[in-house]
Amino acid sequence: MSVTIKDTQKMIEEVLSEYPEKAKKERAKHLAANDPVGQCSSCQVKSNTKSRPGVMTVRGCAYAGAKGVVWGPVKDQLTISHGPIGCGQYSWWARRNYYYGITGIDSFGAMHITTDFKEKDIVYGGDKGLYAALLELMGLFPLAKSMGILSECPVGLIGDDIEAVAKKVSVELAMPIVPVRCEGFRGVSQSLGHHIANDSIRDHILGKGILEKSTPYDVALVGDYNIGGDAWASRKMLEELGLRVIAQWTGDASINEMGIAHMAKVNLIHCYRSMNYICRHMEEKYGIPWVEFNFFGPTKIYQSIRKIASLFDEKIKDNAELIIEKYKPAMDAVIAEYMPKLKDKKVILYVGGLRPRHTIGAYEDLGMEIVAAGYEFGHNDDYNRTYPELKEGTVIMDDATLYELEEFTRRLRPDMVGAGIKEKYSYHKMGVPFRQMHSWDYSGPYHGFDGFPVFARDMDMTVNSPTWDLIRRK
Amino acid sequence: MGLDSEEIMKPMDIKDHNDLFLQDEYIEQFENKREFELPPSKEKVTEIAEWTKTQEYKELNFKRQNIKINPAKACQPLGAVFCASGFEGSMPFVQGAQGCVAYFRSHLSRHFKEPFAAISTSMTEDAAVFGGLNNMLEGLENAYTLYHPKMLPVSTTCMAEVIGDDLNSFIKQANEKGIIPNDFLVPFAHTPSFTGSYINGYDNMLKAILLAATAGKKGHPNEKINIIPGFDTYTGDYREIKRLLDLMGVKHTLLSDVSDIFDSPNTGHYKLYPGGTPLADTMDCINSSATVALQKYSTIKTIDYINKEWGQKTIVTSPIGIKNTDKFFDEISKITGKPIASEITDERGRAVDAMVDSHPYMHGKRFALVGDPDQLLGLINFLMEMGGKPVHIVCTMGDKSFEEDAQRILSESPFGSEAKVYAGKDMWHLRSLLFTEPVDFLIGNSYAKFLWRDTSTPLIRIGFPLFDRHHLHRYPIIGYQGVINLINWVINTILDELDRKTMNTASFDVIR
Repeated sequence: MSVTIKDTQKMIEEVLSEYPEKAKKERAKHLAANDPVGQCSSCQVKSNTKSRPGVMTVRGCAYAGAKGVVWGPVKDQLTISHGPIGCGQYSWWARRNYYYGITGIDSFGAMHITTDFKEKDIVYGGDKGLYAALLELMGLFPLAKSMGILSECPVGLIGDDIEAVAKKVSVELAMPIVPVRCEGFRGVSQSLGHHIANDSIRDHILGKGILEKSTPYDVALVGDYNIGGDAWASRKMLEELGLRVIAQWTGDASINEMGIAHMAKVNLIHCYRSMNYICRHMEEKYGIPWVEFNFFGPTKIYQSIRKIASLFDEKIKDNAELIIEKYKPAMDAVIAEYMPKLKDKKVILYVGGLRPRHTIGAYEDLGMEIVAAGYEFGHNDDYNRTYPELKEGTVIMDDATLYELEEFTRRLRPDMVGAGIKEKYSYHKMGVPFRQMHSWDYSGPYHGFDGFPVFARDMDMTVNSPTWDLIRRK
Repeated sequence: MGLDSEEIMKPMDIKDHNDLFLQDEYIEQFENKREFELPPSKEKVTEIAEWTKTQEYKELNFKRQNIKINPAKACQPLGAVFCASGFEGSMPFVQGAQGCVAYFRSHLSRHFKEPFAAISTSMTEDAAVFGGLNNMLEGLENAYTLYHPKMLPVSTTCMAEVIGDDLNSFIKQANEKGIIPNDFLVPFAHTPSFTGSYINGYDNMLKAILLAATAGKKGHPNEKINIIPGFDTYTGDYREIKRLLDLMGVKHTLLSDVSDIFDSPNTGHYKLYPGGTPLADTMDCINSSATVALQKYSTIKTIDYINKEWGQKTIVTSPIGIKNTDKFFDEISKITGKPIASEITDERGRAVDAMVDSHPYMHGKRFALVGDPDQLLGLINFLMEMGGKPVHIVCTMGDKSFEEDAQRILSESPFGSEAKVYAGKDMWHLRSLLFTEPVDFLIGNSYAKFLWRDTSTPLIRIGFPLFDRHHLHRYPIIGYQGVINLINWVINTILDELDRKTMNTASFDVIR
């Protein structure tokens, strides 16, 4: 075992020493020193297990994964937060899943629609109200293509049969009504919500769309939620490559696109964590291969373009080289501009889905170094994909708590931290430059050739803002 | 300076989403993508869009009984954790599923641009079957050990409520097992999300904290008064009320004082507990001479409790607008015997002077308002004092008694004659109203910007949450200084709009 690994392990032990015995034992399994080559047996973290009560986990719930992440961005569906008022309110247009359409008329992404459960719904059940709500909604929004019923905690606890209601209304209105059993107490994090949402797409939408003609270049862009326009920047590149993106999941997605993805020649998946399920299903049922790619930062983009092109004919492969040639000068210029300001800056990343590993390359393109990385709700397969991307001894954190994040920051002294809104302002108070890496801090896109310059600009303004120097540190 | 530095300062032409997606190549992409979307025809979309502006659509919209669309409402535990955070060393502790707490923390941080710490007991499916006792016990142990709180006020999410967790018994068991010391404060409130809203959660939590903190503390009168701000998200209000009472020499305790929690100085250190009402003061508040609540709807149970159980004098008076503030100071003066400070009288004069100066631009202007009940009542008063006309008043969290209160206030002024109060309605209802009966200006929270976009009614941001504008919450809206801030926001939005409207005409005046 190397010195770096030992040093990191010692630091982890120090951080853990504050915990009560039971929590310490459990949390110890979720913190490790990175071993990129996989020789150290104690260097793997345990993941996707229950958070300890009382430790202040950053995690959310299955509803957040199903409504907030997967279904929320689908633009021409009326997505109903079924249950009490809060869940829909707190997740209302918070993830910036941009779409092209007219809100309230043919698109509904930026709306908060809820059955607003009252005591009587808990006592007598909410099915009757739900049935009436679905009919009222179709009266008011005749251009909606589907309605999704996203269950909140009480629905599953009181034994409502939303599937029966959905089935009935689906027949009466001749449209898809999608019941999604994503009650917040299910599973251990957002992650199960992704899976449940994937399954509901499979059961109610996939295979039911219309595509007039197919071409050999048809692909689906999966696991891109178009945060700040990410999917649009990615789509532009895929189209330049000569591919036809017949479906975009689920950023700026329409129900029809989700119904025709099974006709793609290949599924291109960006956020593996949240959408690998549907890709595996399409592989099994329709024999469609899927390939992971990474459109953050030029190094990974070039690799990914070549990887994607390798699945197609010479024309596409040639296009790949042409595109790289076309954009490389611009990417080099961005690096030349920002590397001098960012070189050797240390970064802690604590995010969800794909970012703790997918953004590493983009930071490294700018000369920055990741000193700790972790996932809110990753699984073993995420971590296995992450270890090789990071240097030996890097801190790996699974489901980190506020306490741990603070302690690691104190010890690692990063130049910036990338995490979420709940972490953002405690870092501001610490005087540590911070960027929200869920919402891009209301910037973006960060994907693709159009995204990298924005990413570089934003990291520079984060690290090098003169405001940090005004803080009188006590 | 030579060429070099100019070159260094020359920014790269970097387009983010605000500009990038206006480019032709992207517009073309969006249009081409329609091939796979099977969207309705553009004619159909226009037809429906026009239909949603009609009286017919409004009637259909107002018929709905079973669904809320864009409501201005959130759930009880949000109010509970907000209230619980405003005491010294207090860590809000929520029994239930963890996603809720993640949401409360995000929501409050987005509004205040401040960190917000709260604990969840992370209940999952096994807790749904067996109850949440084990989660509570381990949660208390971990929170107590890791975060060193002085108080852990417990509220609940709907999960814990539906399965019927018995907080009282759980906390007793935690004491018996020695997980937390017997004298450690663990107030608890049941705050189901399927009844009421965050104003009730605030009320329930505050009552629970006062009940726990003052047990056995009844003693000598302390010559102070208690102030309950209510679910007030303007941190400026807390500092303002303290300043004003200090000016009058009135000793006071704010319950709960969230000002430093949501507006703490940057010192390069993150403080988990940056302030709050001192616990000693909280325990002693039972011995104050009176309690004054600045909101009615978020304090109903607490005021009733203080009145009945403590036998303390209680007053509910909201100092938003001139006359309301006059009334507030009269009451304070009456219960404390202290005269209204001359500085305060001067402030009143300055606020009224500002109103007189600005009135021509507001007189007769018609307003729609959406928001929380107490703030709406204050704002209606203020608008009418300026000669403005409240027209549509939408209060998703409002009930019958709010409707009656609002009607009474409106009936007291000729400027209220056009107003209609819509309790329990939402912003999609308001959208219809703004099309069928247009008004000049709209007052609401950040989500009301969708109404501005759809109906072109200029939005003045007052309320909660305010996500898309910075720092508004740092300014008071109460007291005479609050009046000046309200005028500033309203009048200068009106003047901005006037400039926009007249920029290509002769009326583009420089002096207004």
